[in-house]
Amino acid sequence: MTARVLVVGASASGLSTVEALRRKGYAGGITVLGDEPHAPYDRPPLSKQVLSGAWEPERAALRAEEQLTSLDAEFLLGETAVALDAEKRTVRTASGREVTADAVVIATGVRARRFPGAPDLTGVHVLRSLEDALALRGELVAGRRLVVVGEGVLGSEIAATARTLGLEVTLAGPLAAPMALQVGPVVSGVLAGLHTERGVTLRLGEGVVGLTGEEGGRVSGVRLASDEVLPADVVVVAIGAVPATEWLADSGLALDNGVVCDAWCRAAEGVYAVGDVARWHHEGLGRSVRLENRTNATEQAMAVAGVILGEDRPYAPVPYFWTDQYDAKLQVHGFLPADAEVDVVEGDLAARRFVARYRVGGRVTGVLGWNMPKQTRLRRQEVVDALQEPAVPTPTTVPVPTPVITPAPTH
Amino acid sequence: MKVVVDEEKCVAAGQCVNAAMDVFDQRDEDGIVVVLDEHPPAELADDVRNAAAICPALAIRIEE
Repeated sequence: MTARVLVVGASASGLSTVEALRRKGYAGGITVLGDEPHAPYDRPPLSKQVLSGAWEPERAALRAEEQLTSLDAEFLLGETAVALDAEKRTVRTASGREVTADAVVIATGVRARRFPGAPDLTGVHVLRSLEDALALRGELVAGRRLVVVGEGVLGSEIAATARTLGLEVTLAGPLAAPMALQVGPVVSGVLAGLHTERGVTLRLGEGVVGLTGEEGGRVSGVRLASDEVLPADVVVVAIGAVPATEWLADSGLALDNGVVCDAWCRAAEGVYAVGDVARWHHEGLGRSVRLENRTNATEQAMAVAGVILGEDRPYAPVPYFWTDQYDAKLQVHGFLPADAEVDVVEGDLAARRFVARYRVGGRVTGVLGWNMPKQTRLRRQEVVDALQEPAVPTPTTVPVPTPVITPAPTH
Repeated sequence: MKVVVDEEKCVAAGQCVNAAMDVFDQRDEDGIVVVLDEHPPAELADDVRNAAAICPALAIRIEE
């Protein structure tokens, strides 16, 4: 079969691509392949409202059925893409279906990284899909001992949610404080204080080397590098994610921790990547990046829809992400490199209400707010201005793309 | 065009303000969305649709 635009992936970035194409006036055929059986749903609530039980899973749906219908796109759900011929722009699915298109948009996201070499144990969870969230939720019973392996954003959110539900929670990982990699030492120190105050035991700064329990039985604990075992009734492994690119191994596309794209998010002629799976050249930074955040899924999809329809605008966003843990709402605009100099420019750390500015070599790279969302957003402009200054020049050798599809004339 | 927001869903990202600053603002104390113009003029319609699309919490609905 032939589709004019084929979107591989039916989550936030895939759906946003379809919607942006329609908003921009594209009236041609669109086919969407989704490997999950569900209609598109949102992932940020999975570690928060869905996990805590505050929301029924249906509430995480990205769109109502009639909104999906009104897009006039063919959604093939439960159809896993297994191969792409980038030259012919043909995708083959596990059921043997072949779809060829003028434009192929890769939106297959990431997969949770599993604990390497771990025995097959019940009570060990990852959190990426709705099923993952519901399975974990069923095990989050007050009084149980939960060990969260991984002190990143997801691990920290799960620890907060589970602690709020009354579990005995331990957060383990090699870095010194929760989200140290994402927000740097100053703010992660404040987060460590918050988690400790709420009763989470932090066992950080030491690697986790394994899980304990009898093969085929239930997990009993988490083994640290020192050989100490943290006893556990339930374990969540939140040690990052890997781009879902296995299916592209023979596609001819460049793969390097994501689908490698140019500044227009183009991986090959007529082939694009959006969302968590895409690594593209960010002209403001002068280097390639891959962003795993909710806002990028939408923004990048909008940019790619534009490029498909002939807009000549490289994608160079100021990234944004947020996290909610207990009553703390953190907002981040821009980039927070580990070696950045951090100044509190509003509020104060001790009151847990502040805006912090991150600079490298005097140049603002990002701002972080803690319970000061508006004030933080108002300082985003400093990041925008800095990104527009000429970065370390890295000439792009990629020609301006030609549109593969002409939008229907609007009237 | 009518703009409807769900304050309970809003995560205070402020992305809507970046997209359409004549239509959206945020509360000073907690950053939750404030609609400045429930019935924005036609020339802002595209910006408002973009704002609804970019909202990471799906908190903005547009009734055309």
